[in-house]
Amino acid sequence: MSAIANPLIGQPGGWTLPSRGKVAMSCLIIAESAIFTIFVVAYLYYLGKSVTGPTPKQVLETPIFYTFCLLYSSFTIHRAAKLLERGRRVPFLAWWLLTIVLGGLFLFGTGQEWHRLIYERGLTVSTNLFGTTYYSLVGLHASHLIAGLAMLVVVLSFAVRGRVDQEHSARIQVLSMYWHFVDAVWVVVFIVVYVIGR
Amino acid sequence: MSTEAIAIERLQATGKPWTETVHEWVTTVDHKRIGILYMVYALLFLVIGGVEAMIMRIQLMHSHNNFVSPQVFNRMFTMHGTTMIFFVAVPILLGFANYLVPLMIGAWDMAFPRLNAFSFWLSALGGFLLYFSFLGGSGLYGAGNAPDVGWWAYAPLTAKAFSPGHSSDYWTIAVMLSGFGTVGTAINIIATILCMRCPGMHLGRMPLLAWLNLVMSGMVLITITPLTAAQFMLLVDRYLGGHFFDTQAGGSAVLWMHFFWIFGHPEVYVLILPCFAFVSEIIPVFSRKPIFGYPVMVGATVCIGFVSMSVWAHHMFTIGMNSYANSFFTITTMAVGVPTGIKIFNWLGTMWGGRIQFKTPMLFCIGFLFQFLLAGLTGIMLASAPFDWQLGNSYFVVAHFHYVIVGGILFALFAAFYYWYPKITGRMLSEALGKLHFWLFVIGFHITFDVMHVPGILGMPRRIYTYEPGRGWDTLNLVVSLGALIQTIAILIFVWNLISSYRKGARAGNDPWDAWTLEWSVSSPPPVYNFASLPAVASRRPLWDLKHPEDPDSRYE
Repeated sequence: MSAIANPLIGQPGGWTLPSRGKVAMSCLIIAESAIFTIFVVAYLYYLGKSVTGPTPKQVLETPIFYTFCLLYSSFTIHRAAKLLERGRRVPFLAWWLLTIVLGGLFLFGTGQEWHRLIYERGLTVSTNLFGTTYYSLVGLHASHLIAGLAMLVVVLSFAVRGRVDQEHSARIQVLSMYWHFVDAVWVVVFIVVYVIGR
Repeated sequence: MSTEAIAIERLQATGKPWTETVHEWVTTVDHKRIGILYMVYALLFLVIGGVEAMIMRIQLMHSHNNFVSPQVFNRMFTMHGTTMIFFVAVPILLGFANYLVPLMIGAWDMAFPRLNAFSFWLSALGGFLLYFSFLGGSGLYGAGNAPDVGWWAYAPLTAKAFSPGHSSDYWTIAVMLSGFGTVGTAINIIATILCMRCPGMHLGRMPLLAWLNLVMSGMVLITITPLTAAQFMLLVDRYLGGHFFDTQAGGSAVLWMHFFWIFGHPEVYVLILPCFAFVSEIIPVFSRKPIFGYPVMVGATVCIGFVSMSVWAHHMFTIGMNSYANSFFTITTMAVGVPTGIKIFNWLGTMWGGRIQFKTPMLFCIGFLFQFLLAGLTGIMLASAPFDWQLGNSYFVVAHFHYVIVGGILFALFAAFYYWYPKITGRMLSEALGKLHFWLFVIGFHITFDVMHVPGILGMPRRIYTYEPGRGWDTLNLVVSLGALIQTIAILIFVWNLISSYRKGARAGNDPWDAWTLEWSVSSPPPVYNFASLPAVASRRPLWDLKHPEDPDSRYE
């Protein structure tokens, strides 16, 4: 057996391949994009098809501040990842924490909006088609945000104990790809729900 | 050194208690073992799905038969379809991909071994849940049993009013879990192929099997996920009172059809691409020639990947789309036949002038070529919207897609089993039983599915549990059912061959077929670590280079 295999053994010099973490995360992002596309298509297709109120125009308020928070968190996580790449652990921790705070703020904003819609406007997932599609699309995004926050908090818990170092930079960058994706999806959801949909 | 290591392992294996062995298999992250788990799991469901098919065929053997009730018949075709697609075809193909891709590209394992195990167990849980519905589907309501909404579960059949109890939810969650598992493995396959190739293995030197699985996995990412999204919507409708597919509240049943078939049609190509991969590896070896037109094969595969994404609504000609949509989907559907035709010509070109050895794997490949071509031709017929209006939802359609799935996919799978079984187990499958299996299966297949076209043309709709006498369908259905019986016998011979050859088959050695790809350079079965040290390749046929140093392929590439 080894007699056959031997001549095949080569020198791996100069043989480089892409990082498997980045490739896998890109694939996950492609797959998730397809899921979001279906929800966006359903939202757009059902615009104005509700047989009862309330309509988006009557109840939706544009969450400009919280959108800004989320978009800014893309910048902060990028900054954090770059700092870790250069081995600067303390500033990394600070920017990482800021990212979590901004993400948390956005989630709080979504929760506040849902509370207002449910208790003041009487819009639930079963009220009409708008309610069904709105809560599904925004909820799908929020659930991805929660998953992202959970991962960020796990990294934070390691980082405060000094366990995150330059050598983990590649993994942090993969996580940051996911976070950018969640942000980019929000841009689409924002345009669909608050710009086109009203 | 490595042979010693294996010997020691064997020694330990004999003294192990069976619980230890089970524990090892359950906790394994080795791509070969997970591949075998996938295959065994799928073969189990193949038998279950086959029993369901036989129940339907017995019921339809003559008019006014009372073998099963209409309710049971509905459950049988739903479970048969769901089982065969999600819990036989998908896992068995992922199993082969899992087993073969790392070996063929010269890697020690998949890129993410634990994700690999996780994906398998998710799919396994899905299959378990689907069948648990026979017990749990009644729930507190006492209504419903196994899912009975058809494998495409059109709205409003899935609405609470028409599908009380939990049977549809078992279907939804089972299929969703299998979808998550499939996407996980697809990500793993892509990462493995792009990031784990051995030195010298450029994309242009990869075995076609790796190429086709790469394209298949890319398709999985964007075809399985729309179904997952639609299933989420269905759950929102059923449990949270949503209105996605509730027409009384402005929702649309047609949107579900679109979402289902955006998944459903590319899925056929997800299943057939790995089968093309098997055929592309097996035909050259038994024709003693390298594959004809390698770059064209790769190009045609990528082309199929793209075009097949835009054909889905040919399943929906009969719902009344406008003429632009009908024309568009007719044209795209016919267009996807072009790259597929290129592949058939390339396989023929490979066989042309070759010194063909008619071993069992090759016989199944030739059967595949012939039958897949015919299936493609009835596909082109159904792609034409006016023709489809006439025959949509008839037994002609059932015959067409079984021609693809049995005549194409299953034949290629059998070829793969006969070809790689020696590598996986270290034993050859019996050629005599293999040839008997082949001929019985070919005869049974053609009796069933050639004849099945005719009642379709005579107007017999699919999914009916019985029919009136005097329509001229009785004899035809009897013949179809008899063919199914012959196929069942052939499958039992195959299963017996798998079991008996595992104990008594001839020793295979490393390379029983005198083949050219890397998996044949290691022992059979391969050691846990695959390669003692990573190989390096200089051409598409590394073992040819090794066996013929005076005339290596690398000189011409």
